Amino acid sequence: MTAAAPDPKMNMGQPVPRYDAVVKVTGRATYASDMPLSDPAYAFLVTSAIAKGRIDSLDLDEARRVRGVIDIVTHENAPRLKDSKLFSNGGYAGTTIQPLKSADIAHDGQIIAVVVAETYESARDAANRVKVSYTATTPSATFDSPGTTIAAAKGQNAQFKEDPKVGDFAKAFDEAEVKLTASYETPTQHHNPMELFSTSCAWMGDELVIYEPSQFVHGLKHGVAEQLGIDADKVRVVNPYVGGGFGSRGSMTPRTAIIAAIAKRLNRPVKLVPTRDQGFTITTHRAETRHEIKLGARPDGKLVALRHEGAEVSSRPDAYCVGGTKTTTRLYACPNVDSLVSIVRADRNTPGFMRSPPEVPYLFALESAMDELAVKLNLDPVELRRINDTTNEPIGGKPYTSRSLMACFDEAAKAFGWAQRSPQPKSMSDGDWLIGYGCAATCYPTQMGPAAARVRLQRDGRTRVEIAGHEIGTGAYTVIAQTAAERLGVPLEKVAVFIGDSDLPPAPVAGGSNSTASTCSVVTMVCDQIRQRLFKAVMPGQSLTDKAKATVGIGQTPATQAAKGDRPLDLEKAFDALGVGVVEEYGEWKPEGAPLDSFRAMHSGQVRLVGGDQMKDQIAYAFGAEFVEVRVNRFTHEIRCPRLVGAFAAGRIMNPRTARSQLMGGLIWGMSSALLEATEIDERNARYVNDNLADYLVPVNADVANVEVILLSEQDDRINPVGVKGVGELANVGTNAAICNAIYHATGQRIRKLPVRLENIEV
Amino acid sequence: MRPFSYQRATDPDTAVRALGAAAAANNPLTHARAQPLAGGTTLIDLMKLDVMRPAAIVDINPLASHWSAIEPKGDGVRLGALAKMSDVAAHDEIQRSYPVIANSLKLAASAQLRNMATLGGNVMQRTRCSYFRDVSYENCNKRNPGSGCAAMDGVNRMHAVLGVSDQCIATYPGDFAQALIALDATVEITGKSGARSLPFAQLHKAPGNTPDIETTLQPGELISAFFISGRWPRSVYLKARDRQSYEFALSSAAVALDVQNGTIRDARVALGGVATVPWRAREAEALLKGQRFDDGLAQRVADAAFADAKGRRHNSFKIALGKRVVARALQQAVTMEI
Ligand SMILES: Cc1cc2nc3c(=O)[nH]c(=O)nc-3n(C[C@H](O)[C@H](O)[C@H](O)COP(=O)(O)OP(=O)(O)OC[C@H]3O[C@@H](n4cnc5c(N)ncnc54)[C@H](O)[C@@H]3O)c2cc1C
Ligand code: SF4
Repeated sequence: MTAAAPDPKMNMGQPVPRYDAVVKVTGRATYASDMPLSDPAYAFLVTSAIAKGRIDSLDLDEARRVRGVIDIVTHENAPRLKDSKLFSNGGYAGTTIQPLKSADIAHDGQIIAVVVAETYESARDAANRVKVSYTATTPSATFDSPGTTIAAAKGQNAQFKEDPKVGDFAKAFDEAEVKLTASYETPTQHHNPMELFSTSCAWMGDELVIYEPSQFVHGLKHGVAEQLGIDADKVRVVNPYVGGGFGSRGSMTPRTAIIAAIAKRLNRPVKLVPTRDQGFTITTHRAETRHEIKLGARPDGKLVALRHEGAEVSSRPDAYCVGGTKTTTRLYACPNVDSLVSIVRADRNTPGFMRSPPEVPYLFALESAMDELAVKLNLDPVELRRINDTTNEPIGGKPYTSRSLMACFDEAAKAFGWAQRSPQPKSMSDGDWLIGYGCAATCYPTQMGPAAARVRLQRDGRTRVEIAGHEIGTGAYTVIAQTAAERLGVPLEKVAVFIGDSDLPPAPVAGGSNSTASTCSVVTMVCDQIRQRLFKAVMPGQSLTDKAKATVGIGQTPATQAAKGDRPLDLEKAFDALGVGVVEEYGEWKPEGAPLDSFRAMHSGQVRLVGGDQMKDQIAYAFGAEFVEVRVNRFTHEIRCPRLVGAFAAGRIMNPRTARSQLMGGLIWGMSSALLEATEIDERNARYVNDNLADYLVPVNADVANVEVILLSEQDDRINPVGVKGVGELANVGTNAAICNAIYHATGQRIRKLPVRLENIEV
Repeated sequence: MRPFSYQRATDPDTAVRALGAAAAANNPLTHARAQPLAGGTTLIDLMKLDVMRPAAIVDINPLASHWSAIEPKGDGVRLGALAKMSDVAAHDEIQRSYPVIANSLKLAASAQLRNMATLGGNVMQRTRCSYFRDVSYENCNKRNPGSGCAAMDGVNRMHAVLGVSDQCIATYPGDFAQALIALDATVEITGKSGARSLPFAQLHKAPGNTPDIETTLQPGELISAFFISGRWPRSVYLKARDRQSYEFALSSAAVALDVQNGTIRDARVALGGVATVPWRAREAEALLKGQRFDDGLAQRVADAAFADAKGRRHNSFKIALGKRVVARALQQAVTMEI
């Protein structure tokens, strides 16, 4: 096996190549803006140059004179759309700021006009010639800006129900022998998926087809229908491939319904491909956050008190927050815990999910603080984690369904060569470079949502799986195909998978790392329905349920070798007995503990994820440990991270190749987040400055010399039928702290604000 | 992007004529109605951003047969303006005799860009000031003379600390130009009234009160070549940047030394990433000449190079960084094996 296709260990599937590998590398995969349209008009957005105020007038004369311009849609003539509620309040939208409704401007880069023309080029040319005069008022940009307000998240964000606490933190901290108080900050970040935020809309009579990269086709379908005031069954969202999501395409943005309405008005398909910089303001972002951590410990390292206070910036109308205290208060054994999450309102667009939304900023704070505490205690940071490792989360006392945190630490430490580290800061170097080693824990909740699928098996073994999942680059096609092939006992090449289309049975949002768990669970269930029908045909006398349970492993049992059944099914015989050529089954699956309205919600494009800390008698997380080597140049203070090693345990690994790729990408992303990524805000006018990929830096190949991913074998029968925890958002969580911890080791300097840049180093 | 006419120039004369005719009396860079197109990696970028709006493009790539040679001339070397960055960086004689040139090119941009981009276009590249590159910001004296400077009190981490004026603090972003100015290169220019040549140090203009005027090129004039006299095997280009490749300098130093028996006979120091124009640190050079090298001297030289530096909110770090980069580059040049 190669590094890219690691040997499967116990409870891992085969590292088969990606289902979509060939179409992708040959450029034949069709992304939304590749979809052929008949005689489309092209839209180009005009966005606001102020963050707060109103439009006094729009001078469109010069723009209208550009040859090929068909229409210029502004707030004065825009089609009226219904408001959509925020996804967290039972709606579909990622923001309630609806552009083109009035002359008011609520954030930088808000859509203020849409130019529609015969070609992309004339639409862009005309858009450049739209002249806007504004009355600008001074916006509040971010933390510390005059005019912001702050209030507890609890009570204003429907999904943030409780600030976790237990015991008596104040007293315990007061009495603690060793204490640490430290503050941390993380910046605004943008997802910048490779594929731009395009939208094409085409009407056929009263039916609308939308081609748009989306992480939730059913949500988008219902959201757009609601905004247009039409029956959701008349709307179809199609995107067989999505060029990266990272959360940016999870909830509906205002652009889609606007383009749909313009297409309707023009009676012509309309195609929008916004620019990269427009992507920074017409979708969501990761909000900047601030944290204060207080840790109290005994001299032997046992935590006695932990408090995490976090603050996050949101928009004026929407109380979005990620509230990562749900994780940081439960990660380690500690009897006295307190927490508080607050939301600061500024004149910004509403933030949203970005890869591991709560865990990235909140674990950066906690895992940095743990390292600081280890230094105070003169303990190896790995040992400090071991001392405070736990099988039950401290807030509600619920057991982790499985937790391999320390096994991950041990494996990764060994592979990294942690034992060679001399613990003293500034004690290791190589020529011009100071060397630092650092580590941190990583974790991500295991989540699942209700899902439906249709599977068709033909006599010759050809299989068709239909489910409105999403291929955002993670390997969804591949693991779904593997599941069906394995379950039905047919060769992988015979399985065709259809996803990314809202006409297919609904699956949850491709977010929260739930996709593999949810889609593979339902596909497993539906394949078992097919097996049952076939078994019934060959063994009519048998008691169906018992037989099926024993032989095909339905229900909440894992798809391990043992449960797969010992009797291969003779397809020919079964089809003969049934007397048909095709068997087709549809099924709906929901995870244990899913709310009663799950299936209703699923069919109306609403998300009902369960898992993580929200389970009844247990708590489910995937864990990992990350080790990094950082080099800091003595002269230039340049910071490089030539080596990243992560070990991860996430239940059943469906495909070690695609899982490794997710985790490797996560480690690199985490390094990027720690050292490079930040959206700069001009505080005078609450506008983004580096809104392009030349100035919003992400690593290049030369920055990523060596990444090692270790997959640990873990079996968890208590989470879902396939025993899968998510891996998509697991690896980029711990890296931020690991890198700052390594910088401390290299330089003796503790940096508590991301990203770390050379000017922050003072050696 | 706005509509423009496109013409391929088949020989230098037609190129100059076409450009001269269309450019009229405009400033050749910022607002010119006609622009020569070389690799296009700056020009097309800025046209897409609506920053540059030429009505006419004259494609000078066909002149490569005249203007792309890398050839010995007299005691030095002549580099054609249409030579590709990658070809010059990989050239044996350049690597041997002018490592500062080879490395300034090799450490610039990305492999793909270096394959497209030409030396002439490289020295003419525009600032990366984010406010300059985003036309939704009104206030940019360079793009919109008299409108003010958004960067002055805005996000200015990448901006200059040397050669600044109260009108503009935009950094000259290129690397190669630092090598040229350090080595006292000459730039050969072709225009309506024939050929002329100019010390490279006189090509760029500090912003002063007219940041929109970046060079002394006249409308219609083209750079045809660069000439460097002598050989400079003891020379280095050191570049500090946020990532390992494909990123502009936060601070860089081009250093060339002539050391004989431990005494510095001649020294050249140029600074990148910190100044509004390619920057020669002559005060620093003066301190080096005739001296024996030690770390104390390196420190004094570095201090002298930044004596007049003015930092602003986010870029003050460049002063200390720049000094360390200069000192380190000198150490490297002194100790390099040649
Ligand atoms: C993402 C990115 C990163 C980069 N990083 C770096 C870096 O790290 N270091 C660095 O030095 N550069 C960097 N660059 C800049 C790059 O090196 C320049 O864009 C390139 O050298 C320009 O050459 P060109 O031939 O493409 O010029 P063009 O884009 O064709 O021309 C640039 C300008 O010069 C004019 N011009 C071209 N040729 C002549 C001539 N012969 N006479 C007179 N005028 C002429 C054009 O009209 C135009 O105004 C980067 C560029 C990008 C896009
Ligand atoms: S620094 Fe110069 S280029 Fe930048 S905004 Fe100011 S005037 Fe414009």
